[in-house]
Amino acid sequence: MIAELGHFSLVMALMMALLQAIFPLWGAQRGVALWMAMAKPLAQSQFLFLLTAFVCLTASFVNNDFSVLYVAEHSNSSLPLYYRITAVWGAHEGSMLLWAFILGLWTCAVSVFSRSLSDAMLARVLGVMALVSIGIELFILFTSNPFDRIMPAPLDGNDMNPLLQDFGMTIHPPMLYMGYVGLSVAFSFAIAALLGGSLDSAWARWSRPWTLVAWIFLTFGITLGSWWAYYELGWGGWWFWDPVENASFMPWLVATALLHSLAVTEKRGAFKAWTVLLALFAFSLSLLGTFLVRSGVLTSVHAFASDPTRGLFILVFLGLVVGGSLMLYALRAPMVKDNARYGLVSKENLLLLNNILLVTAAASILLGTLYPLVLDALGLGKISVGSPYFTAVFAPVMAPMFLLAGIAPMFAWRQADASRIFQRMWPFFLASWVLGIGLVAVFLKADDIKAMAGLGMAFWLASGALLSLYSRVSLRANAWEGIRSQSPSVYGMTLAHLGAAVFLVGAVLSNQYSVEKIVRLAPGESTEIGGYRFQFNGVDEVPGPNYRAKEGSFQVFKGDKPVAELKPQKRFYKVQRNTMTEAAIDPGLLRDLYVALGEQMDKGAWSVRVYVKPFIRCIWLGGLLMMAGGLCAVSDRRYRLASAAIKQPVGVVAARRT
Amino acid sequence: MTPRQKRMVLVGLILAGVAGAVFLALTAFQKNLLYFYTPSQVAAGESPKDYTFRVGGLVVQGSVKRSEGVTVRFDVTDGVATVPITFTGILPDLFREGQGIISIGKMNGLGVFEASEVLAKHDENYMPPEVGEALKKSGKMPPTTYKDYQK
Repeated sequence: MIAELGHFSLVMALMMALLQAIFPLWGAQRGVALWMAMAKPLAQSQFLFLLTAFVCLTASFVNNDFSVLYVAEHSNSSLPLYYRITAVWGAHEGSMLLWAFILGLWTCAVSVFSRSLSDAMLARVLGVMALVSIGIELFILFTSNPFDRIMPAPLDGNDMNPLLQDFGMTIHPPMLYMGYVGLSVAFSFAIAALLGGSLDSAWARWSRPWTLVAWIFLTFGITLGSWWAYYELGWGGWWFWDPVENASFMPWLVATALLHSLAVTEKRGAFKAWTVLLALFAFSLSLLGTFLVRSGVLTSVHAFASDPTRGLFILVFLGLVVGGSLMLYALRAPMVKDNARYGLVSKENLLLLNNILLVTAAASILLGTLYPLVLDALGLGKISVGSPYFTAVFAPVMAPMFLLAGIAPMFAWRQADASRIFQRMWPFFLASWVLGIGLVAVFLKADDIKAMAGLGMAFWLASGALLSLYSRVSLRANAWEGIRSQSPSVYGMTLAHLGAAVFLVGAVLSNQYSVEKIVRLAPGESTEIGGYRFQFNGVDEVPGPNYRAKEGSFQVFKGDKPVAELKPQKRFYKVQRNTMTEAAIDPGLLRDLYVALGEQMDKGAWSVRVYVKPFIRCIWLGGLLMMAGGLCAVSDRRYRLASAAIKQPVGVVAARRT
Repeated sequence: MTPRQKRMVLVGLILAGVAGAVFLALTAFQKNLLYFYTPSQVAAGESPKDYTFRVGGLVVQGSVKRSEGVTVRFDVTDGVATVPITFTGILPDLFREGQGIISIGKMNGLGVFEASEVLAKHDENYMPPEVGEALKKSGKMPPTTYKDYQK
């Protein structure tokens, strides 16, 4: 009964979405106030139906209702309650429902928090979001209905994929989807502005906080995913350039470019057409990511259990969204005139460079991700592009990016005085590089150019961010007043740039100085690596709720001093009859100690994988700092006050077609 | 400089940047494409000599042999030909005899594939698409009991 209620709610949500697309969009075009006013209640009721559907599916999991096919395939009565809830999005059907649910949530949020929008604009934004909803909901109902029954119902379920029975699974997909789907808001604002012909800085101001929030979630989701892969997959890596990771990273790069470009559009009225195009690209890449993961065209750790009709559906949907929006752009963008004037040496141009570099990076990743698929589709052979390609292309594009990001915050809008800035900055530039090269040469390796360049750039970026904050603060009479008078978005930018610097330190040092050893150890034996001695004390049997585990016991010594005790497990899941490696990690800001059990060999010996990974925590710390920067910027009261103040002129602005 | 000249300078810079990026991408591409070969192709000598590539198939029953250290030796087959593979390291959890796998590495002079990486996918009913196709081509798609065999 519950499953039927869920199915019914999903159909109702689709009906609401249809109405929400037709009437507001038409009403906005014709100027019918009543039709436009239908957008809000329809958006909210669509969300309520999606919520009901989602709760119904969750209830089926909690109640162990194995007559529902999806529950039978992905849950089991011995699965702990916590994972039964997580299992809702543990596979294709449920994760698409989560996608639709989160889209409903964003739509509802727009309808609640956009009181300052003109009626026509709000109607168009919600209408466009409804169009996206229709696509996704049709997709769920026709190709991947999670509420399908199975006759006769099995006595027990097939259990959740053991790899996914982890805290990371609970939080990573919802956060990532919040980011992915959140970009649909920026997309809808862009389409609505194109439809209405009102591409101005007011549009950028509305769109900016929404884009920022989506970017925060996306940053958090990717950081979480990287951390999860590190401790769960058991190979000790934090990024694999796996196509599915790329699928989340490309929208992130474009969304980052979009954030910077929105700032220019809002503050200076420049780059209008380009900003719109970025908003369209960012969401298109999100959809492409969904297509890549869900269609089964990829050989990837994420792409399990997939089916070609689904792929075709998403591909057609993707074609409609990308094709339709680009066509609208081609028709409307030529009418947009940038009337802002700025000199060659200006913040505008530096941000333009930032955008070019970010988009180039995203494009080169897209090439590496899609090329094998295209070649395969044309029957020209099966290839794959390895991670060396991505590192070889990504690093040279990002290096100028980091160098420019160090100096860009010091530049003024319109026309900057380059010689004064260089005079001010060169000691810091020199000091950063001396420090970077010196630290590496003295403490690590005298000829490690990669690490030197990485640290030099990180110090330069950090000093640039702090110096720019300092020079803003010192404009005021005293420090306290200076600190108070800065807007949160200044702190946000400083934090986010510091985060990028911290990330760079972590990425470079952990990549250059991680040490790994795969050895055979019998109980009592030990192995030396990176100044630490790992002693193996044997293996015990440990029971778990739906698995039994062999737990190894390791003591780690530095010299004679014991520093950590690690207990990695090899788990055998009874229902799926799968083996899983659970690595044991002793985390630290300066180094991680990492042990994973391999295979059991003769005489109680095991093959064991041991790592010492310096500074790897900085990678995720950097991600969190970037996220904190985003949070800081979004707390800017300007977005709320300004939107209230803008209420009056909105009608005028919207009416004046550029 | 006139605004027009400024714009030309900027456009020139952008073009130079894009050209550089394209050059980097293409050279990196050339070096890092990994082609997939089936065991029959490898046996027929179609695979490259000093170049990394991927080979995949089903792990032959009873072929997995461990040596004293952490080196493992096994055979993969597409039903027509088999390729011997050696791998030093820890095999993925889902590596089993009869399972479809993909490995990345080079052929050594003795006709043995030295793998630097072995991939087995974590869905137990999952067959890497390349492997499935290779098996279909050779007409040796494993018995429909493939799935049952797993359980």
